[in-house]
Parts: sequence; structure tokens; C-alpha cells
Amino acid sequence: MSVADGLTTAASRRWRPPLLALLWSLTRRLARVFLVVWAAASVGFIALMVVPGDPVDVMLGVQAQVSDSVREQIRADWGLDQPPVIQYLEYMSRLFQGDLGQSYQLRAPVTDVLAQQIGPTLQLSAAAVLLAAVMAALGAVFGRGKKIKRFISLVELVVISSPTFWIGLLLLAVFAFRLDWFPVLSSAGLASLVLPALTLALPVAGITSQVLRQGLDFAEGQPFATTAKSRGITPARLVSRHTLRHAAMDTLTLSGFLLGSLLGGTVLVETVFARPGLGQVAIRAIIGRDLPVILGVIVLSAFVFAVINLAVDVSYRALDPRLRASKMAKQA
Amino acid sequence: MSFLANATGAKSRFQRRHSVPVTVVLAALALALIVLAAVFPTWWTGQSPLETDAAAVLQPPSSAHFFGTDQSGRDVFSRVIHGARYSLFVGFGATVIALSLGVLIGVGAALAPKVLAAGLSRAIDVLMAFPEFLLALLVIAIVGTGEASIPIAVALAALPAYARVARSETLVVVEAGYIRAARSLGVSPVAVLAKHVVPNILGPLLVMATIGVGTAIVTAAGLSFLGLGPQPPTPEWGIILSEGRNFLATAWWIALFPGLAIVATVISVSTVGRYLRSVNEVRIS
Repeated sequence: MSVADGLTTAASRRWRPPLLALLWSLTRRLARVFLVVWAAASVGFIALMVVPGDPVDVMLGVQAQVSDSVREQIRADWGLDQPPVIQYLEYMSRLFQGDLGQSYQLRAPVTDVLAQQIGPTLQLSAAAVLLAAVMAALGAVFGRGKKIKRFISLVELVVISSPTFWIGLLLLAVFAFRLDWFPVLSSAGLASLVLPALTLALPVAGITSQVLRQGLDFAEGQPFATTAKSRGITPARLVSRHTLRHAAMDTLTLSGFLLGSLLGGTVLVETVFARPGLGQVAIRAIIGRDLPVILGVIVLSAFVFAVINLAVDVSYRALDPRLRASKMAKQA
Repeated sequence: MSFLANATGAKSRFQRRHSVPVTVVLAALALALIVLAAVFPTWWTGQSPLETDAAAVLQPPSSAHFFGTDQSGRDVFSRVIHGARYSLFVGFGATVIALSLGVLIGVGAALAPKVLAAGLSRAIDVLMAFPEFLLALLVIAIVGTGEASIPIAVALAALPAYARVARSETLVVVEAGYIRAARSLGVSPVAVLAKHVVPNILGPLLVMATIGVGTAIVTAAGLSFLGLGPQPPTPEWGIILSEGRNFLATAWWIALFPGLAIVATVISVSTVGRYLRSVNEVRIS
């Protein structure tokens, strides 16, 4: 099997230079991202057009009493009097130029609205990813004794089963209100980032640490681990040098899903801690039926998740040499 | 023979099927109590979940109010008990919708003409990249907020996962000899689908659904916590939590107990679901 693999790999290299193959696969992947964003924008656009409701009402507010001629004027100003197909084509051509239109409520370009609020969300997510990785590694490596494993498994079960926002409320009640260790307000610098990031990281860390621990157990039974042990390597070194890397590969398969659920969770966490961010923009747009912002959020999330999937896919192949060989064999 | 059974582990498997673990029994019991609370809330509490009492505002837990009272003097225990109905309704209802539509779409993605099947499979894969909660949020963004939107959003968000499993199960099942036998005996494709394919892919999907109910409940509570579903003062766990958020400093009990109810429900549902999965796996192997 391995001999055959080697042969086909060599053959495929001869047929297609690696650089060209790389460029080709990159182009295909970028085209897929493009396709996903286009599909999301189209489905969102059509769905929002079909759902009843008059955008003019949103712009003016429900109570506003205006004559029909004013309404017509507003429709003409926003291009809403055009046939749906024309509106769709116009939206798409503007989307190509990176323009997501104007917000009905905020009277500002949607791209500006999103760009202003993306900072806090990114900050929160990055802190949570870091925290989750550290907690998962600690939980997996130190939670392998018999007694402590039971305890940690129980903690993991509770954390995974709890709604993120409820964990956030509890942390807020205990550590901010009762113990006063962390600020309640979100504007108090780095200290105010701790509790939200922890809230977001806990469920992700719970799942990751379970998978990581199973991976460690599995890797420990592999021949390479036995070899390393027979060389007289210390258990700590075995974990840090050998088995943890193997276990990390399993979590990488999940990382797309985990990163996704983490980003989805930001909406709730931002609400719990009253933090600014994309989640707040989305909620306000949904409640206010601010269609251009809603569509902007749909397009942005489609883009983000297509890119995440691409990154996971690429890094998976980059980190595991075994996969690279078989992939090349398949392409030949 | 008994030596063989021991060596292959067949005996231990046989035993496992007959003794249910204590945790599963406890979980099933807890679930039964929660279902009872959803169906007959008045068996648990005589107090109304909506009646306000200006004389007993933000009272801590006591023998008169087990879970304390909220900012309007409403009994939190009664509100949590009455909230079980909505949460279980959305959890089970959305899962049933997601499961049925998922089977339909998944079977279609496996057996439809080539172009349609490829399109459906691709769409399922793309949707799987989105986290369930975000997908539910986007559905609400499109259909608008309201009490009826929540089950729809939760169901549509859970759908891709069921469709994906239904698709891969169908691809396995249609290769089976009994399908070819039925087809060659002249049974119509529709009858083969309904009588042979669907019943045979349903096992793993049903197990998946028992665990999915928990996720659906959490997603629904999250959406109504954001104020996108039923409005206060409806006794719903997510709403009580969002009201409790404003009184964390003075009245922790408003935010504590509905969350505990959610966690208890989710853990008991998923424990029973996982047990069913292990039984199911043993039977398959």
C-alpha cells in the first residue's frame, strides 16, 4: 500500500509541478468561498424580499403619518421602486465593489457600521480562543488520573450542557457583583475582557479537552509511544514531545466547528455583558428590521465561515504529512 | 461455547443490555418529572406564574416562595415550572420538524437525479459549516421575531445535521440486497423508499434526535434570552433569565433557577439519548 502510494505520488509530481498544483487547488478553494458568499447573499436577498413588511415603515418608524407621495419619494430615493430583479442585480454589483448598501435606521453605510463594531468582537473571540486552548490542554493533560478524571468529566458535562449565557450570568453574579474581582462595566480595559472571554471559552474548552484526552489515550497505545517509552523517555516528555501532537490532530478536525460555535456564542455573550460588537449590531438590526444591515451580517458570516473552513482544510493538510501524500495520490 | 463468549466479550455485552446504569435511571426519572411539570404544572404549584404582588418584590427563596420572587413579586418557582411546557414543546417540536425534513432532504440528496443530488449535498455541507445558534439567528433575521419564529428557526438550524446523516445512511442502505430484491420484484420506487429505505435509516437518526432535543432547548432559550421570541412576562426560561440579568446584584435567584432547570433538562435528555445510542450500537455490531 505504502509502496503504491509512493509510486503514484512520484508520478503525480512528474505530471504536475507542485507549485502549479498548489495554485490550482488554491484557486478552486477561493472560488468556493466566492460561491458560498454569492449563494448566501442571493438566498438572503430573495428571502428578505419575499417576507412581508414595508422598508419605508422601518425608515420612518411605525407612528409616522406621511402622505403617499412622500412614501413614493422615499422608495424612489432608495431604489425600492425598481423591479426585484433589477434591485438584485444592483445589490450584487455593489457587493462586488465591497459596498453593502445603506442602513435604514442608522443612515450610514453598512460596511462602516460593521467595520466599527468588528473590533470588540474580534478581541473577545481571540481572547476566548487562547483561553480555551490553554484550559483544554490543562484539562486533558492533568485530568488523566482515575479520580481526577471523574471530577473533570463531570465538570465538562455540566459546562457543555449549560447555556453559554447562563454561565456568563453566574460568573457575573459571583465574580463581579459578589466578590468584586472584575468590573461589571465592559469599558474597563483588559480586566473587563476576562469574564466574557471565560464564558465563551468554557464550553469550547469542555469539548476540546474531552477529545484531546481520548486522543492522548489512543496515542499512548501506538507503537511509536511504546518505542519512545522503551528508550526510557519520561512520561511528561512523552506527552509534550509525542502524544500531545497526535492528539491535537483530532481536535483540529473539530476546530472549524468549535471556532464556529465560539463565534456564534459572541452574540449571547455580548448581550450578557452589555459589550459592543457585531452581535449587538445584528440583534438591533433584527429587532428593527433593518434589512440592509441584516443582509450585511448574513454576507459577512457566510464569508467568515467559508474562510474558516478553507483555513482548517489547508492547515489540516499542512500539519499532517500522511494526508498530503494520499491527497496527491488521489489527484493523480 | 462459554469460552468463546468470554473471549469475544459477547457475554458482557449481553449483560450490559439487561442492567441499566443508575445514572440513566436517575436521568429518566428527572426527565419524567420535567415532562410532568410541562403537562400538569398546577400539580406542582398553586401559584400563578403571572400574578404580581407589590408587597413581595425581590424576595429571597423561602418556604412561601421556593425560588424567591422577581421584580414584580411574581413567584419564580411557579414561573420556572410553567416554563417547562414552552421549552419542551419547542425542543421536541423543532426536533420532530428537523428530523422529518432532514430525512426528506437527505434521501433526496442521496437518490435524486445527479445534478439535484449534488446541489443538495453541497448545500447541506455549506450549512453544516455554520454553528447551529448562528443559523437559527439568521433564520429569525429573515422571518422576523415572534413566538412562532423560534421553533421554525431552531428546526431549520438543526436540519442540516439530520439531512447529512440521512444522506449517508441512505447511500449505505440502497446497496443492500433486500432493496435490489424489492426493486426486481417490481415494487414501485416510492413504496421501496417508504417501506424499506426510510425505516432502515431511521435508527441512528432517532438516537441523534434524542440528543438533539437538548441542543434545541438551549438554542431556543438563547434566542428568547435575546428578546427575539415570546415577550415578557411569558413564563419562559430564557425570558426569566434575561429579566434576572437586570437584578444580578440584588436578586441572584431569578437568574439561577431557570438556568438550573435548563441544565437539568439537557443533561437528563442527553444521558438517556447516549444510553439509547450505546444500546443501538451494540445491536448493530
